[in-house]
Order: sequence, then structure tokens, then C-alpha cells
Amino acid sequence: MKIWQQSLLACSLIGVSLSTQAVTFNKVLLEQSQLSFVSKQMNVPVEGKFKEFSAKLNFDPAKVEAASAELNIVLSSIDAGSNEANDEVKSKGWFNVQAFPTAKFVAKSVKSLGSDRFEVAGEMSIKGKTNPVTAPFTLKITGKTGVLEGSFPLKRLQFNIGEGAWSDTDTVADEVQIRFKLVVSE
Amino acid sequence: MSQSYTRTAIALHWVIALGMLIAIALGFYMTNLSLSPFKLKLFSWHKWLGVTIFLLASLRLVWRLTHPAPALPDTMDNWEKQIAHAVHVALYVLMFSIPLSGWLMSSAAGFPVVFLGLIPLPDLLAKNKELAAMLKQVHFLLNMSLLALVGLHVGAALKHHFVLKDNVMAQMLPWLGRGKSK
Repeated sequence: MKIWQQSLLACSLIGVSLSTQAVTFNKVLLEQSQLSFVSKQMNVPVEGKFKEFSAKLNFDPAKVEAASAELNIVLSSIDAGSNEANDEVKSKGWFNVQAFPTAKFVAKSVKSLGSDRFEVAGEMSIKGKTNPVTAPFTLKITGKTGVLEGSFPLKRLQFNIGEGAWSDTDTVADEVQIRFKLVVSE
Repeated sequence: MSQSYTRTAIALHWVIALGMLIAIALGFYMTNLSLSPFKLKLFSWHKWLGVTIFLLASLRLVWRLTHPAPALPDTMDNWEKQIAHAVHVALYVLMFSIPLSGWLMSSAAGFPVVFLGLIPLPDLLAKNKELAAMLKQVHFLLNMSLLALVGLHVGAALKHHFVLKDNVMAQMLPWLGRGKSK
């Protein structure tokens, strides 16, 4: 991000905090939030999830340009669908959780796609690799809480997730669908 | 009662027998492997084979109901005929219940079955680890029952052929040349 963009973001953040009318979501209710994924093994969709993650958020749907978000995922909290798979994906060839315990997503920009639909662009860092990702999401507001839900495809091999024999995408597809559901409040 | 099995019945008998033996061998082999792409492939192939057997067994059941099997020889006692019949019924039940228990087990384990990697089968059960572990035992025990009954079935066939010297086994193996004679 360029410096003028950062300053603009900083200015808008100040603007948001000074405004009393804006609905700004800045708390993530982790207990009700979910981070899950669907991998394809031999074309068989297998669901998994991360049980442990933290999130920081500052999001005013009326001022998307001011939005910021960061997600930290504890990779050892993975449930890849079976005990056998859980042991495997923590190993060196997969997430190598010993050396890289967390994955991080930092939002760089959010744009409105109309009504309750948005798109976030940001950077995903896993296993020492950082790649850009974009994800559409919806925001449903009820009272003072909102449900922010979306999904995007992540190419595992961009992050060296599943090396060696596992890099064969005929068995485990490159694309893993990541789903997020964040329950947010003011 | 007809004098011999139809070619279709004979073909289905042997194709299903071979398929089930391969599926069982694959089942024993693959479960002991440590996780690898090869293991995932074998699991999928095993499941595809199971679905194929289920489909062939359905066809076979319809065929059997519309094309009666040849009568057992009068040299057999009634109780022997009853046991033979019961074993055949049990084998039919296993042809269906073994693939079905595998499908249930897959569903409960959270690994859906996608036939040939193309056709997703509906999940019969929601994901439930305890249930999956139980169904794994059921799948295993049904297969053990199958092996025991196939042992009886083959033993009886061999006795018919080599001890009683009748045409019971030859009816399923027409190339033995004793198929038509009584």
C-alpha cells in the first residue's frame, strides 16, 4: 500500500471514530464465529475447520474505504476431518505448525458491491509465504450485531501446503474453499 | 424350475464374487497404510467398487427373481436344501448390506462417497465420530460373515463336485462340462 493510501486510511479511521452516527463494528464475537474450509480429496468434498483464531476489525458498512481487519489463525487447532488427517496436516510437508504456528490475513481494502454485499482484498500469510486474496462477503445486520459471511478459494500450493507426494493435485485439489462467518458487534 | 443358470446369472455370480474379493483385499490393505495420496486413492477405488457391486447386486436380484435358479438335486435331504437356501439368502443380504454399511460409515465419518469421482452420493447420516466407529465395526463384521459364508458356499460346491459328483457346482462353471447332465 502506498503512503498516500495509508494516510487516507488513517484519516478515514479518525473520521469514523469522531463520527457518532456511523455504525462501526469493532468487536468480533469469537464464540459465535466460524472459520471452516472444504478441501477436495479425489473429488470428494471434505469439511474441516479451525477452532482457534482471533480477529480485529473496524468496519463501517457506510465507509468501507476506512475498514480494517486482521485475522490470526492458530494452525494447530485444525480439524481436517479425521484424527489421521489432523496429525498429517500439522506435519512439515503441510502447515509445519512447529515452525509456523499461525496464519494471518490482513485486509488491505474493502469495496461495496451493493446492498449487503462487499468484497475484501488482502494478504494471506501462511508458512512464510504471503499471497493476495480477495473474498466476497455479505453483512447482515440485526440491531447492534452483524453477521459477516463469505468464502473464497485458496490455492494451497501457493503456500507450499502439502509438499512432496501431496503436491499431486489429482488426489488433493489445489483449490481449498475457505469459509468465514464472523459475528460482529459495535 | 430351469435345468441350468442363464449366462447372465453365471456372469453376475462371478463378476460380483471377484469384485467382493478384490474389495475385501483392498479394504484390509488400505486401512493399515499410513496416510498418503495413494491411500486416499485406494479408499476411493474401494468405495467405487462397493457402489458397483451394489448396482450389480440389484441387477442380480431382479434377474434371480425373474429367472428361477435350477432345482437342487433330489439326492439332497430337505434340511440340506434348507441350509443351502438360507446361505444363498444370507449371501444376497450381504451383497447389499456390506456396500450399504460402507456408505453409512463414510457418511458418518464426514467423507462423502463420490462415485467414480463424478457422481456424489447423498450423505445418509450426519457426521458423527462415535457412529462412524460403530459402523466401521459393523462393516468389518459383515465382511467377516461374508468370508465365513463364502467358505461354506465354496466348501459345499466342492463337496457336490468331488464327493457327491453331481452337477451342482458345474451349473455355475459350465466349462467343466458337467453342466447339463444330471
